[in-house]
Amino acid sequence: MDHTELSTNVTGGSSVKRGLAEMLRGGVIMDVVNAEQAKIAEDAGAVAVMALERVPADIRREGGVARMSDPVLIEEIQRTVTIPVMAKARIGHFAEAQILQELQVDYIDESEVLTPADEAHHVDKWKFTVPFVCGATNLGEALRRISEGAAMIRSKGEAGTGNVVEAVRHLRSIIGDIRKLTQADSAEIYSWAKNLQAPLELVREVAEAGKLPVPLFCAGGLATPADASLVMQLGAEAVFVGSGIFKSSDPAKRARAIVEATTHFQEPSVLLRVSRNLGAPMVGIEMDEIEVRLAERGW
Amino acid sequence: MRIGVLALQGDFISHLAILDKLAIDSVMVKTPGDLDVDGIIIPGGESTSISMLLQSSGIYEPLRALLHEGLPAFGTCAGMILLANSVVDGREDQMSLDAIDIVVRRNGFGRQVASFETSLTVSGIEDGPMRALFIRAPVVEKVSSEVEVLSSVTYSFADSPDKLVPVICRQNKVIVSSFHPELVGEDRLHKLFLELL
Repeated sequence: MDHTELSTNVTGGSSVKRGLAEMLRGGVIMDVVNAEQAKIAEDAGAVAVMALERVPADIRREGGVARMSDPVLIEEIQRTVTIPVMAKARIGHFAEAQILQELQVDYIDESEVLTPADEAHHVDKWKFTVPFVCGATNLGEALRRISEGAAMIRSKGEAGTGNVVEAVRHLRSIIGDIRKLTQADSAEIYSWAKNLQAPLELVREVAEAGKLPVPLFCAGGLATPADASLVMQLGAEAVFVGSGIFKSSDPAKRARAIVEATTHFQEPSVLLRVSRNLGAPMVGIEMDEIEVRLAERGW
Repeated sequence: MRIGVLALQGDFISHLAILDKLAIDSVMVKTPGDLDVDGIIIPGGESTSISMLLQSSGIYEPLRALLHEGLPAFGTCAGMILLANSVVDGREDQMSLDAIDIVVRRNGFGRQVASFETSLTVSGIEDGPMRALFIRAPVVEKVSSEVEVLSSVTYSFADSPDKLVPVICRQNKVIVSSFHPELVGEDRLHKLFLELL
């Protein structure tokens, strides 16, 4: 094998971090609270699982400070499935993130679903080998997270509500602003950067490419195959489903239906077939009924 | 000539972009009806998820038959796993398209923190080294005598330092790579594949 070149293998570069997000495109990432749920998720065709102690709907109901999960729980899930395992750290809690990296989770979600640990600073994500995903409600927030090293952006939506309205709002805001930004002339780019409170270079990059430099996924309140199709048609590149699966009456069937709906999001005949007889969905909440808006955490 | 890109899950958009750049007619394959193609590309993604979707979409049987009849194929990462005859550390119900005589170990390099970038020399490809991203990549553990290894990487595993691992393999009209040329706009492997048609 004289054609082999000996060269250094480099880990943790931004292409490698963003690369895993590229692999998850068109897939469904599911929240799971134990190994049994993780198995159901993998069986249903999930591309990854998010390991956490309580799904957002329970965090919302029970209240109290929500923190990183017990490492034992995450390890048990890592042993059970072969697909990537993600876990959440509190906003700004770099020590939790260090522990999760030591655990070799595949992605860290610096998440507003947990109680923020720092009211002014997010984690400096460039310092880590493990990639990060962060939530955003608008383009400026997405670009600030990317400037801190996030390798994937997801809409925040309003987790634990089973109500897709906020995810749609955030997705439309991010994608709508990208569309407008591509029309801006070179002088207008500066005022866009000022108004978005985002680094000029990133704003210019988005204006030229017409998309974020990292994949844009959708999260927060998705509960049905139709919800997944809706956000994919709006321009999401993959979906996270939190409480929506394991707070429904038939999680295995619903999980698989959402996977198929995400792949065939433009094909109404498939959506019709997979939407039949799914049993009761999670009970949703209207936005004006909720006390804590998780999406307002982070900046 | 028309190339199909399996578009059930994964980074199929990046493969379509490279075919576009090469001015090759392409089609996203999401149903058995999309299989009227002269060659098929199977992208990177999550192989267990793609495997399930191959069955639920009804593509698995007709695609396997076409490959058996000699349909040219190019698979990257998950595509390599799906085209391989034999998979270690997969799921028991994982489907194989049985198109190339190699044994691969899923996630053989480890979890995402072990994902890496390197540069490769590829036999038969000129104009400098090839940039290669290995994302939770499969490890080729065995190749049959029918299989030609076009490139390898030296990797230190816990139990075996400086091991030479094949990363691009070819058998007849099937090429597989355990890394992602499509993610960095690298088109030379796609050209090599198109030459087989």
